[in-house]
Amino acid sequence: MTEALRDITPEAEAKPAADLVFECDGIWKVFGATGAEFTHAGGPDMDADALAARGWTAAVRDASFSIARGEVFVVMGLSGSGKSTMVRCMSRLIEPTQGSVLIEGEDLLAASDAELIQIRRRKMGMVFQHFALLPNRDVVGNVGFPLQVQGVPRAEREKRAREMISLVGLEGREDHFPDELSGGQQQRVGIARSLASDPAIWFLDEPFSALDPLIRADLQDELLRLQSQLSKTVVFITHDLDEAIKIADRIAIMDQGRIVQIGTPEDLILRPANEYVARFTNGVPRAKVVRAATIMRPVEGMDLTDALSVHPDDRIADVADILTKSEGVIAVKDSSGAVKGIIDRETFIQVLAGATL
Amino acid sequence: MRAGPLQSLRRADEIPHPAPKKAHARMASIDTVPRPKKSRPWTSPPAIALVGFTLLAWAALLGPAWMRVIPEAITFPVAQVVGDAINWFARDAKIGGVAFQEMTRGLATLFDYVIDATVVVLAEGLFTGRGLNVTQSVPPLSWLAIGGALVIMGYRFGGRNLALICAVSAGFLVFFGLWENAMVTLASVLVSVILAILLGLALGIWSYRSARIENVTRGVMNVMQTVPIFSYLVPTLLLFGYGPSAALVATVIYALPPMVHNTVLALKSVPTEITECGRMIGCKPRQLLWQVQLPAALGKLAVGMNQSIMMTLNMVIIASMIGAGGLGFDVLSALRKLDIGSGLEAGMGIVALAIILDRLSQAAAHRAAHGTHLKAGQRPLWQLLIAWLIFSTGLALLLTPLQAWPDAWVVSTASFWNAAVTWINREMFDLLEGIRNFALLQVMRPFNDFLGNAPWTLIIGAVAALGYALGGARLALYTTGLALFIVLTGYWGPAMSSVYLITISVSVAIAIGYPIGFWLSSRPRAQEPANFVLDTMQTLPTLVYLLPAVMLFRIGDVSAVIAVILYAIAPAVRYAMIGMAQVPHARLEAAEIAGCTRWQTLIWVRLPAALPTLLIGVNQTIMMAFSMLIIAALVGTKDLGQEVLIALNRSLVGEGIIAGLCVACLALIADGLLKAAAARASSDKKRTAE
Repeated sequence: MTEALRDITPEAEAKPAADLVFECDGIWKVFGATGAEFTHAGGPDMDADALAARGWTAAVRDASFSIARGEVFVVMGLSGSGKSTMVRCMSRLIEPTQGSVLIEGEDLLAASDAELIQIRRRKMGMVFQHFALLPNRDVVGNVGFPLQVQGVPRAEREKRAREMISLVGLEGREDHFPDELSGGQQQRVGIARSLASDPAIWFLDEPFSALDPLIRADLQDELLRLQSQLSKTVVFITHDLDEAIKIADRIAIMDQGRIVQIGTPEDLILRPANEYVARFTNGVPRAKVVRAATIMRPVEGMDLTDALSVHPDDRIADVADILTKSEGVIAVKDSSGAVKGIIDRETFIQVLAGATL
Repeated sequence: MRAGPLQSLRRADEIPHPAPKKAHARMASIDTVPRPKKSRPWTSPPAIALVGFTLLAWAALLGPAWMRVIPEAITFPVAQVVGDAINWFARDAKIGGVAFQEMTRGLATLFDYVIDATVVVLAEGLFTGRGLNVTQSVPPLSWLAIGGALVIMGYRFGGRNLALICAVSAGFLVFFGLWENAMVTLASVLVSVILAILLGLALGIWSYRSARIENVTRGVMNVMQTVPIFSYLVPTLLLFGYGPSAALVATVIYALPPMVHNTVLALKSVPTEITECGRMIGCKPRQLLWQVQLPAALGKLAVGMNQSIMMTLNMVIIASMIGAGGLGFDVLSALRKLDIGSGLEAGMGIVALAIILDRLSQAAAHRAAHGTHLKAGQRPLWQLLIAWLIFSTGLALLLTPLQAWPDAWVVSTASFWNAAVTWINREMFDLLEGIRNFALLQVMRPFNDFLGNAPWTLIIGAVAALGYALGGARLALYTTGLALFIVLTGYWGPAMSSVYLITISVSVAIAIGYPIGFWLSSRPRAQEPANFVLDTMQTLPTLVYLLPAVMLFRIGDVSAVIAVILYAIAPAVRYAMIGMAQVPHARLEAAEIAGCTRWQTLIWVRLPAALPTLLIGVNQTIMMAFSMLIIAALVGTKDLGQEVLIALNRSLVGEGIIAGLCVACLALIADGLLKAAAARASSDKKRTAE
């Protein structure tokens, strides 16, 4: 989650295809129907009643989005919102009923079984909610398993596994079996395993939901640390908005199978697409999410040489202190010292009080 | 619960698990004692069934004679036709120019070879010379070697306790002079178990992968489990010839269903995430199965392996009837000589073997499923075992008592048991005879006469009415169809005799077993020893139950009934315990707060909540009783079991199979009715809870 990425993500759609890892267009997953049946019955034009009349359930409805290389894309929704199904459509763990999924420009849905296996081996890693460790293998055996499946010789894969184990901070536990580890440690093993074959795409399916709050926070930090080192393209599922905000570059909020909004955490809070999103983001402490850059307004020929200044990426919680010390407005300056904009007290208070932009 | 009626016959694998936590929590908050639902009384299925049955009864009693006595014109000589067909198949059928029998006999030779090789290693060694000059040139593994190996495995798999269990069991076999025969039995048991497990695994995997195959195997397995073993002994003998390999085939067929069933269950219970993980890692289908799903399913697979082992041991005696030697033959010959003591000892030898195999296999599976590492300085098991075998064999060559336990040192308690039996029979003859006569004359004969003389249409009507009342038209058709099969094949009389034996035995088994189970359920401390006793009772070979009965009550129906009761009481106790343990705790507390006495709590709270499980328990008890029926025929009953036995003795293929199928029909009727009743009871409960 580099600074540069923050800036490009909102406009990711406009970037040339080469930078896009995922391009998903019109994904539908209708349980009970084959692709042909669904198309024949009306396809995307069918409404909820028409689907129900045939005994079909649409878990994912018309999902379109793209994800840029190195982006952390969080899919958020309550249980039953279809987030898990949608992400499984992106790896073809579940076959989409309709739509297209391009990975680095390659059509995933057209891949044969053998090609699919190769794509998964080379490009994808996945972390699971309940860890999905193999109980009969020790830590090294679990982490090295993806490489074993690929036929990597034992010495080599164990060396790689040990590197991964130390990357997630589990040195000394290489010989332990899953049931000898705590939940947090088990998930570290899951993370190490998902990274063993150095995939470009990293799926995380509610990876921390089964953990205690404190461990969860630790692992979230761990994830951010790893991501700053590895810069994977991350697809992260969660039902926890705080978690989503903490780690996301962009968040897609799902409700009843539809993506209702895709945006940065600040977008969702300050510009909710509808009532549903607004209700969701209501309780989020804005001061900790919104950045100075987001609420600043253009400089209008003011003299700012004496004004106190903040960085564009500072959260406004940190700005408050400086704002109270200053006379009028404060300047927003980037690292080079160039003035980007100003923040005045009224806007500041309005945003804190819950105004949308 | 869509499973074969005999599925949970030997161990309580299918006992409904306590409700998952979520549901439990929900239940607790709105938990009420279920009340019978209100319904319109005159159009409900039970009412229709009752009216229909009354009309039929009136017609049957007053109508034409054919409604009371089955006219010969409607029975077909099915047994004859089937027998001819199988005989043709076994003798003349050719597949691609090769006679079918040649293939099976070839297979038999192969099996014999494998069994012989195992027997040579474990029990007999190699011989040279002929006639009187036979000398043992290579001894088998000594008791020290095998017993020690078992103890080492026990220690490695399950620590000191398991090592001790293995040592005591093996010691029993050695000191009582049962070792060599036990090893003969072990050899055939090992070969059949391995074969049954491999075959079961293959079929299970196949069924898991294809729903269509699963439907077929499930149907076949259900019938296989209800058809008494004796009825496929004859075809097996025809195809494989008298000897260990026929016994092997029969045993494998018998032990296969639980393995297939549990393999499917185990694979289905692998968490979706684990399978998804394997797919995401890029496993090919074969890698997914062997490296991900099967290892993850190992814990549940172990249940199936364990059941297969237990069923194989159950077959030991029956297998000895068709040429497998060993402990089973000892029990059989002791029984024929009415040498209770020796029979008991040999029977206990089988139990000792069962305990070793059961505990070792469970511990090994548990270890494999969870993964364990060697502690510092520990050597791999195989190295230890090889070192031990070499060392102990060397030792046994130097000290012959370590090779084969000298006969002079053999302990036997047989004479004690025989003396005890004689004493009881002498001192308590009047009492025993009184009990016997009372049971026979006042209870059993009248009931038998009643069933025998009741119009057949009336009984079929009753079956149909019950089916309709409990499960609607479909169940009614199913049960009536099964009953009509018995009528048409001409086995109605013996079938009624079976119904009479089963009804009486099961009633008594329930009347004794349920109160014991209720009592045990409120005493957690007593449960572990109780479970051990129940496990042992279910491991004991069925024939052993005949011994005490015959000892005290001589040959006849009373002994048969007692043997069936003894065998069938274990599931009754077990299900009563489990049913009671399933009553939600909140409900009991509510009853206590409301001031219910113990008796009131039992009648109004515990029994209604436990009813579905109790009904399944009755079902299991009946299934156990049916499987004992054929054994009980050995003491001279006049039912279907006897028909099967006669067919076996006279090699009447068709008769054996058809009579066996009739037993299966009876079992399936009982199974269908009771499962429907249990389903009704539990859906009533759910409705009132919601």
